Amino acid sequence: MNFEFSAEQKELQDQARKFLAEKCPPRVVRNVLEGKDSYDRDLWKALAGMGFLGVSIPEKFGGAGAGYLELCVIAEEIGRALAPVPFASTVCLAAEALLIAGSEAQKQKWLPAIASGEAIGTLALFEGSGNPSANAIKLAASGGVLNGVKKPVPDGAIADFAIVAARTGSSGRESDIGLFLVDMKAGGVDAKPIDNIDPSRGQAELTFRDCKAELLGPADEGWSLLLHLLDRAAVLIAFEQIGGADRALEMARDYALDRIAFGRPIGSFQAIKHMLADMYVSATLARSNSYFGAWALSTNAGELPEAAATARVSATQAFQLCAKNNIQVHGGMGFTWEFDCHLYYRRSNALALALGSQSYWEDALIDRLRRKNAA
Amino acid sequence: MDFGDTPQEAAFRNEVRQWIDANAPKHLEAELSKSSIGRVKLKSVDTLEAGKAWQRKKFEGGWSCLHWPKEYGGRGATPIERVIWQQEEGVYGKLNSPFVIGEGMCGPTLMAYASEADKRRYLPKLASGEEIWCQLFSEPASGSDVAGLRTRAERAGDDWVVNGQKIWTSGGHYSAYGILITRTDPTVPKHKGLTMFFVNMKSPGVEVKPIKQANGMQEFNEVYFTDVRIPDSQRLGAVGEGWNVSLTTLMNERMSIGSKLATGFQELFDFCSQLKTENGLAIEDRATRARLADWAVKNSGLKYTSYRALSALSRGERPGPENSIGKLVAGSMMQEIAMYALDLQGANGAVSDPALAEVAAQFQTMLLSSPSNRIAGGTDEILRNIIAERVLGLPGDIRVDKDVPFNQIPTRGRR
Repeated sequence: MNFEFSAEQKELQDQARKFLAEKCPPRVVRNVLEGKDSYDRDLWKALAGMGFLGVSIPEKFGGAGAGYLELCVIAEEIGRALAPVPFASTVCLAAEALLIAGSEAQKQKWLPAIASGEAIGTLALFEGSGNPSANAIKLAASGGVLNGVKKPVPDGAIADFAIVAARTGSSGRESDIGLFLVDMKAGGVDAKPIDNIDPSRGQAELTFRDCKAELLGPADEGWSLLLHLLDRAAVLIAFEQIGGADRALEMARDYALDRIAFGRPIGSFQAIKHMLADMYVSATLARSNSYFGAWALSTNAGELPEAAATARVSATQAFQLCAKNNIQVHGGMGFTWEFDCHLYYRRSNALALALGSQSYWEDALIDRLRRKNAA
Repeated sequence: MDFGDTPQEAAFRNEVRQWIDANAPKHLEAELSKSSIGRVKLKSVDTLEAGKAWQRKKFEGGWSCLHWPKEYGGRGATPIERVIWQQEEGVYGKLNSPFVIGEGMCGPTLMAYASEADKRRYLPKLASGEEIWCQLFSEPASGSDVAGLRTRAERAGDDWVVNGQKIWTSGGHYSAYGILITRTDPTVPKHKGLTMFFVNMKSPGVEVKPIKQANGMQEFNEVYFTDVRIPDSQRLGAVGEGWNVSLTTLMNERMSIGSKLATGFQELFDFCSQLKTENGLAIEDRATRARLADWAVKNSGLKYTSYRALSALSRGERPGPENSIGKLVAGSMMQEIAMYALDLQGANGAVSDPALAEVAAQFQTMLLSSPSNRIAGGTDEILRNIIAERVLGLPGDIRVDKDVPFNQIPTRGRR
């Protein structure tokens, strides 16, 4: 048993941290947040150049073929820097969908383009309010074309391809759901950006009108593939979340040491110290749970469904707590546009919803624990 | 990263499993499974005697104090092997509570400061459970502020004469020995005038008085010292160095990381899985599931945090104050879980008669004992201070008494 990353993995993480500290200071996040750009192209290309985007993509598909533990440490650094790039949509969702369900030709076409930073991908799952559910999928697939609307779709307005969950039949069973791959440049899709709480990562409404699509994976297994995909993405995004949580905690700690009130650093008051201690506790528990998730993902262990839901719930709690208390420790300054606190607050709340709400994952976790206990 | 066993670990686990299967007190298994966590009181047998018998058996089989060196009664096992042992020991581990302070705190302090002859004399008997040890640190006027203690030790030839009072001494009434921190110089600031000893609890002048707790049980004691003579050979560390010796003791407490902290989660999960409400099983209720999920991730987060600390220990790193989070989280979690379990039972949740209450009043017992988990061994507030100051690097509290000679510090009677 060993519950830590290896020296090589930590070295990779260190490399990614230094790289992002240089290439992705808060000013870069703000450029996208303030609408000057829909994502940071230079940063995206540079991440690809470092081999970070394709770290877990097999070599024969243009990646580094390293593994998921390596991808987890990269995800943590992306989250820490709030990188305004389509990482979660492309790497955590679209690439994973291709890897678990794609044909050889589909992988050959898109995975090398992801690794090189040339293609942005996404998952189009949601159709308005609500959590992941087979019944909620109305977008129709028939005769090789899709008709319907998906929203919100992460990075949908900048995506080159999308994995789309669609209804193929009317039996009312989960086997009516299939996954489809759509080339966004081939016509038939109208993408409209929509405002969201974290503009440093875009969201869009996609309208499909007789849009040509190819099947991804078996036609009747779309729903179970999707659940597996969400578990895998949950672990990877948990690492983005713990990276962000740690940084928000550090910002709060640094400010508490620096800011003087009543003749003392505010970090010497127990009200502040205890708030920071609770943030540390939450971030630490989330990190440990995420390591469990990383192990399950990297070994494709039977524990993955339980580990993914555990990591997801825990990392969501930690990032939200650290981000909101970071503002609180900063007081009035924390509520200004000028200070960076709101960037973490926005991202923490956007990521908390990205794969379905906290209550959805809590529910999933209890189902999975029941199954384990029954076994 | 590998959450599974290596082949050697799997072989070790197998050996442990076989030994436990052949030697554990199986006749107590059912009762132990049902007993409230943390505060075990068996009905069918004397709990202390059952614990001693299990400890003795483990010692004879070479399974006691696993991480201690063999010459002192241990096994020289690795930290990971200790965790494997704890996982496999399961419910029988509930019998260990009388021995935890000796194994985790007193023994390691003796190893660091006692003479070789004393180590060979005392440690194996501690490991076998024949002689139980306790810790005599807290006093009525110094709880969280332990360095404010007043028990005096004064030199008298080759002996020291001790007068004073200790409190919250777990197991003092059945302990053979204890480690005792005293004030030997009241004219210097409080941390500097302390000296550590070990003391025979049967010495003339030692009086142990049980404290009736808020939950009705008696596990803690007051211990009075009246002209108790302790030979200088039982001093641990130099005169005036008692504070640093106590830090060794506390650091060793952290070394016992990986030990399972009771949270009550599995008990609640099992309870919710079988409790019928008018809307079906409790676990099918959305609100209940949300609460359970929150506790589930805390429970697993604690488990894996302690395992990560273990990996650090295996690499030769010293466990640091970051391990304070275990008790901080587990303590209040158990209290909240107990309250929630009672809430699920409605008015009948107030019934504590084991014959009438759900799961033999397991949660009612937990409710009444749980306040102590947030106080004993460092209050929640002290633990948060430790995390804030020693992990996050925030300034220490303003301490008005730090550099003042002890005998000039204001007290209730002197201000």
